[in-house]
Amino acid sequence: MSKILIRGAKVLGGEPQDVLIDGEVVEAVGTGLSAEGAEVVEAAGKVLLPGLVDLHTHLREPGREDSETVLTGTRAAASGGYTAVFAMANTFPVADTAGVVEQVYRLGQEHGYCDVQPIGAVTVGLEGKKLAELGAMHESAAGVTVFSDDGKCVDDAVIMRRALEYVKAFGGVVAQHAQEPRLTEGAQMNEGIVSAELGLGGWPAVAEESIIARDVLLAEHVGSRVHICHLSTAGSVEIVRWAKSRGIDVTAEVTPHHLLLTDELVRTYNPVYKVNPPLRTERDVFALREALADGTIDIVATDHAPHPHEDKDCEWAAAAMGMVGLETALSVVQETMVDTGLLTWAGVAERMSFKPAEIGRAKGHGRPVSAGEPANLTLVDTAYRGSVDPAGFASRSRNTPYEGRELPGRVTHTWLRGKATLVDGKLT
Amino acid sequence: MDKQDTSGIPASDARPVLEGPDIARVLTRIAHEIVERAKGADDVVLLGIPTRGVFLAQRLAAKLEEITGRKIPCGSLDITMYRDDLRMHPPRALARTEIPGDGIDGRLVVLVDDVLFSGRTIRAALDALNDIGRPRAVQLAVLVDRGHRELPIRADYVGKNLPTSLRETVKVLLAEEDGRDTVLLGAKPTQ
Amino acid sequence: MQRHLISAADLTRDDAVLILDTAEEMARVADRPIKKLPTLRGRTVVNLFFEDSTRTRISFEAAEKRLSADVINFTAKGSSVSKGESLKDTAQTLEAMGVDAVVIRHGASGAPYRLANSGWIDAAVINAGDGTHQHPTQALLDAFTMRRRLVGRDAGIGQDLAGRRITIVGDVLHSRVARSNVDLLHTLGAEVTLVAPPTLVPVGVETWPCEVSYDLDSVLPKSDAVMMLRVQRERMNAAFFPTEREYSRRYGLDGDRMARMPEHAIVMHPGPMVRGMEITAEVADSERCTVVEQVANGVSIRMAVLYLLLGGNEPAVTHARTIEEK
Repeated sequence: MSKILIRGAKVLGGEPQDVLIDGEVVEAVGTGLSAEGAEVVEAAGKVLLPGLVDLHTHLREPGREDSETVLTGTRAAASGGYTAVFAMANTFPVADTAGVVEQVYRLGQEHGYCDVQPIGAVTVGLEGKKLAELGAMHESAAGVTVFSDDGKCVDDAVIMRRALEYVKAFGGVVAQHAQEPRLTEGAQMNEGIVSAELGLGGWPAVAEESIIARDVLLAEHVGSRVHICHLSTAGSVEIVRWAKSRGIDVTAEVTPHHLLLTDELVRTYNPVYKVNPPLRTERDVFALREALADGTIDIVATDHAPHPHEDKDCEWAAAAMGMVGLETALSVVQETMVDTGLLTWAGVAERMSFKPAEIGRAKGHGRPVSAGEPANLTLVDTAYRGSVDPAGFASRSRNTPYEGRELPGRVTHTWLRGKATLVDGKLT
Repeated sequence: MDKQDTSGIPASDARPVLEGPDIARVLTRIAHEIVERAKGADDVVLLGIPTRGVFLAQRLAAKLEEITGRKIPCGSLDITMYRDDLRMHPPRALARTEIPGDGIDGRLVVLVDDVLFSGRTIRAALDALNDIGRPRAVQLAVLVDRGHRELPIRADYVGKNLPTSLRETVKVLLAEEDGRDTVLLGAKPTQ
Repeated sequence: MQRHLISAADLTRDDAVLILDTAEEMARVADRPIKKLPTLRGRTVVNLFFEDSTRTRISFEAAEKRLSADVINFTAKGSSVSKGESLKDTAQTLEAMGVDAVVIRHGASGAPYRLANSGWIDAAVINAGDGTHQHPTQALLDAFTMRRRLVGRDAGIGQDLAGRRITIVGDVLHSRVARSNVDLLHTLGAEVTLVAPPTLVPVGVETWPCEVSYDLDSVLPKSDAVMMLRVQRERMNAAFFPTEREYSRRYGLDGDRMARMPEHAIVMHPGPMVRGMEITAEVADSERCTVVEQVANGVSIRMAVLYLLLGGNEPAVTHARTIEEK
């Protein structure tokens, strides 16, 4: 494999440096590196980040290939600067056996755009009743370490306790979709001022917070680690903050859309804004940004949830929940966290690469940009501003809430183990 | 339609063609003509077309009462919902239709309006009448006939025949609505 | 300018008064031997009902026919077309047939808004009740009934409901009638009080332009009109209140309670009434109860709305508020 010299990039937002890739690894980082025998990528003014890692992606394959496949999903990931994604288990069939997770893992490897690390279901069929074969999935070729019934909450306290305990044997983690089911029957949007006016069923913050409170206490009791998916309320932030102060081994993620959008948008009844957990209030948005900045929330995860057009081009109640996010995540984080002064680019690298890789035990990802490390890299033109055009998405689905919205930043290059998957904004 | 053209604001150079005393005289004459032609006006019902036709009908009723010594039934007939140009403008607020207690069946209805122009208002009024009852006969009284008919309609009682050009406007002002009695002839404001 | 009537909150005070005044003239047509006007001749209106509501549909149909519109009834009840695309497909099919207006009743809140704003069709959209969101023509007919009874039929022309005290009692949480009435009555200057058990008041009600009380008896003597909302027995099973008996005792309107209202005060109900639950037969059948009047007024109001939205080349009703998508 040939050499690539990335010249003059601000590594993690710092001083301009050259980064030399040789084969699958970073050979050197420094100034004035020789370009001899290397393809040169001029990167003056751009920011170089470790390849992004998404702990929460829905790739839909197998089962819903009309909305996304492993191929289209990983191409979208590469477009967004990702080199590894964790694929959620709510496929058809559910990823609750070694067979399904191995299939998804292999598809990712074959396509070569982005590593796909399958997440295993916690319970058989996501039904919350009987533990899936967590050990078998871990021992499979996919090497599953993260388990989640995402889309559904593991609401039975005993099942949750057992899952938390059981995965300790192989260093796994349970990622909880925190949603008390009875409190959210018929829920359509955040319960509050807007839902009262619009007459849409309310999804109260307490339905998330009560589960998070229970689960951090369970994790403490059994001495396990627990990960909280798409945390969305100011109250959840308080609970996680309290849990961390007590030394409980809890990590939490926030989605880009919960950092930017509020339930006021639901007034349009446009289902592109329908998502689970729902868009909350401005107060929640600011609490989430602050918590992401101070480390209470550890990572940004996209909850990339593709849906075909017809599942969104209908009345609100009939529409599917979810938004695509892989191709806009970094821009939204720049808009909400970097351009607001809440985070440095090093902080972004921590929250979108190092930490998610660590939580998910993704080997070879989330590594520093330094000599000898795998060349998983993302180059960002942070000075760019442009409006979002879903027609240009690599994802098979277009259900973005940002259509026409002007956002900063554009990923121009992505390298997966030294191989370019995105060059000048175009997939290879 | 005539309502349109007569409700426009008269240009500043508009000149009066009938003044207050003329209007009173003209109405008195029409009242006498009605009594004469209707042989005593026994079964006459006056229906004014809003807005100004209603006031003219009320004045005529008063004069008829002076002449005959009897009260003449007088009401109003809003033709808005029967207009043929509804789709050319935003819908307008409705005016009141008030049919006197004994109705119009078998009576001589005299429609009263301020200006007769294209004839379309009267066409609409005839349609409206049709939905309310079956008069013995329908006659039409107008204060001014300015010509330019677009339908085969003519007035039975005319206060003043006023030859006009299509570039002109005729505006009737009445004390009840406008604070003074006068008929103004002016140039249509250039658009 | 919009061509639709989606929410009572979209109406300005002048719009609302214009509709009430127009309805007053329309009501006079009902007294004539020929109850028909040629106004909407050649226009086609479809009544698109995804939810069963015979009375609302009949009321709209009567209004449309009195204005000489061509009427198409499309009832798509139940599960056969409960899925989303059906709304879009059905609406586009109807529009292809040359429909000028769609009167829509739908179980999903916001369905009429979507229909009017998603670019699916060009026809005017009139909301005949959507989920637990809005039912603007019901609010208008209620306001019309109140104005007639409290201000006067002729004296009311051009007037609003300034200073009138209106109490709305019952299942506010699930009621589009309550939401529409709060919006419209506030616009018309009335003071609204909602009375319900706390379980049947939505979280977020604090921003509504009204008062909330849990005590019916304290509100009744200060009410010019009391509107009772239907309470579905199913709510009991979802623990909104313990028993029918307890609900009736605390929030039902019986003869004793009615006696505590001022002498001029009226009792209203959007129907259908659940006698013995929120209202006793004694009250329902009393002279102060306007239920039957409300039904008659509904036709006049719907004629007025149809005329003002469809009668001309553009609607006479402006809108206070339009939501721009970001």
